[in-house]
Amino acid sequence: MNDSPRAAPPRFFPQHGRHLLGLQGMHPTRIVPFLDLAESYALMNRSRQTPRDRLRGRTVINLFFEDSTRTRTSFELAAKRLGADVVNMSVATSSVNKGETLLDTAATLNAMRTDLLVVRHSQSGAPALLARKVEASVVNAGDGTHEHPTQALLDALTIRRHFGTLHGLTVAICGDVSHSRVARSNIHLLTAMGAKVRVVGPPTLIPGAIGALGVDVHYAMEDGLRDADVVMMLRMQRERMNGGQVPSPREYFRFYGLDLKRLAMARPGALVMHPGPMNRGVEIESRVADSDQSVIREQVEMGVAVRMAVLDLLSRAGDQT
Amino acid sequence: MTVSHPMAQPILFENVRLIDPARGLDRPGRLLVRGGTIAGTDLPESEGVPDGAHVVDGGGAVLCPGLVDMRVAIGEPGFEYRETVASAARAAAAGGITTMAVLPNSQPAIDDPALVRHLRARAEETGMVSILPYGALTRRCEGSEMAEIGLLNEAGAVAFTDGTRALADARMMRLALTYARGFDALVVQHPEDPSLARGGCATDGELATRLGLPGIPTAAEAIMIARDLRLAELTRGRLHFAHVSTAEGLDLIRAAKARGLRVTCDTAPPYFDLNETAIGDFRTYAKLSPPLRGEADRLAVCAALADGTIDAIASDHAPCDADDKRQPFAVAAAGGTGLATLLAVTLARVHGGNLKLIDALGLLTHRPAALLGSDAGTLADGAVADLCLFDPDRAWQIVAGDLPGRARNTPFDGRAVEGRVLGTWKAGRQVYGQDAA
Repeated sequence: MNDSPRAAPPRFFPQHGRHLLGLQGMHPTRIVPFLDLAESYALMNRSRQTPRDRLRGRTVINLFFEDSTRTRTSFELAAKRLGADVVNMSVATSSVNKGETLLDTAATLNAMRTDLLVVRHSQSGAPALLARKVEASVVNAGDGTHEHPTQALLDALTIRRHFGTLHGLTVAICGDVSHSRVARSNIHLLTAMGAKVRVVGPPTLIPGAIGALGVDVHYAMEDGLRDADVVMMLRMQRERMNGGQVPSPREYFRFYGLDLKRLAMARPGALVMHPGPMNRGVEIESRVADSDQSVIREQVEMGVAVRMAVLDLLSRAGDQT
Repeated sequence: MTVSHPMAQPILFENVRLIDPARGLDRPGRLLVRGGTIAGTDLPESEGVPDGAHVVDGGGAVLCPGLVDMRVAIGEPGFEYRETVASAARAAAAGGITTMAVLPNSQPAIDDPALVRHLRARAEETGMVSILPYGALTRRCEGSEMAEIGLLNEAGAVAFTDGTRALADARMMRLALTYARGFDALVVQHPEDPSLARGGCATDGELATRLGLPGIPTAAEAIMIARDLRLAELTRGRLHFAHVSTAEGLDLIRAAKARGLRVTCDTAPPYFDLNETAIGDFRTYAKLSPPLRGEADRLAVCAALADGTIDAIASDHAPCDADDKRQPFAVAAAGGTGLATLLAVTLARVHGGNLKLIDALGLLTHRPAALLGSDAGTLADGAVADLCLFDPDRAWQIVAGDLPGRARNTPFDGRAVEGRVLGTWKAGRQVYGQDAA
């Protein structure tokens, strides 16, 4: 960091109670409360009975340096259902790379006495940089190829609702793992909770050192999906399939797309997940996405509940300090 | 900086441990400076203080030649907001450095003889440090057309390089090595294959994967070194690799030296004192070029220092403006300051039992000087009295912002070190330190 942690040795992946910057190194005793509270919020959402006084008087700012209607909407709904005042700020893509803009924005938001700052940024580590400069609690809503903690929490909640536990399950994460913050956060969370994680994809899209994160690596879907309890597909960026990392979309679908035949190799009734938005016919066949095994819509539903739990718990962590 | 002595007044250093690596000298003694040059290291105790001499009692501290730093970037010309010759000179003096070789990739690049003379003169104005300018190897350091190596050499450029840019084109490198041979000029390469390194900002591996940072494989260094060694063999040119940081790269250089190739290399303190974990949670002060490596590579650099594969230690000083570092990691500027900390961090290798003190000082004085054809870096009679007085055991803490110089971006922020410069003399004039007590 820039302004020195004076006299302090470099801190390795700190988990400040006040912020949610990532899931790496997070202990189950900190993960489970998010899931438990989110579970109860999920029920309240269905009955339209949410505690609107929970975050009354608090200000939540959604600071999105990268477009994402889905995630922003999910956070906005979550905050509103708890009674917070919500402001959405979308920063023009053209100025994303200006660090001055990032920190100047932080200073501005600080002056406005923001309580919770939800940040999406195209650069790994940008929310961590902001977290050092603002008094608000920072929630990482996806940074570069680093982490997307609320996505992993909502995925975990979705899985837990179906299996009752995460422990001992086999989860296959398939596709562009290299560029996926969703994959990294899921790997951290699932391995911490005792699930077995496999990553599956073409070698150009699987980091060479990924094994160090405690996962098994497969380059063939047929091997990676065998007896999996959960098949988690990642979004494939089209621009990576024009000879960059993958020769073509049709070649990608031929070897790494999820169709019914491949899904049949997983355990019967295995869950199919996708963080959205999907490229139908590229990484996932429509018949699979719309099948009974698909919990993709439930993921979206759990997303709001998880974000309610995160905003709630972080705002209370701030009270204690 | 307090005391400055008129050139005319002799200075007698008493009660010092004299270390002159160039002559293998390491013993307690006295040293006399007269008229800005060294007038003797063999003054017997029986001989009193020469008339009118100013006496400096070293209190048992080490007196060695002023350090020669063979790789320094300063902002001048073009990036004065980062560092100027004057601010770099203050940082150098605080680090015991009296001679520094300055990289040519400024704005404009040092590809014109007038600019070489300008840089030398700017340093002389400070009276604190000598600058040995590198000449650009290619015009504007852009890698496509050869610079005027002969004219630059004549103007005083000590070696040729494109600075922090690798000369990527193999044909161009072959030409440059061949042509430079006509002047027996040294070609210095930043050994990193730019196409493999493109977009990367950390060493490929577990840490980069966890942080979601684009990686650069260590092979990017080895590939460039292997290619250039082959070209050096082909052309019989004089080749030097800067800031070598990987086991693989060092193995290639070690083998080439064993074959008798005219190849040399240096490394910089971050590569033997830190590893990639210094990046921690996206600390941009630890973003360097080449990036910090894993622990195995750091140990290999330590071993290569000890076995003589590495010919010099350079600070690789790269001042950055705060706004250029206060950015998300991948877009932040690369580089760290190093002048004021060069000696102290190097001494960690001595305290750690990895290097003998005299050998460590050799890597910081006469050995880089010899590579650059400079006669600096010795305590021999008649040499210019560039001197560094330091206490090898005095402990202090490196704190960004407390160091002299304009830029604050030290990768060693928070590091406790042993070894403090007490005083620095340039041509017999004290340019740093209290009168040593």
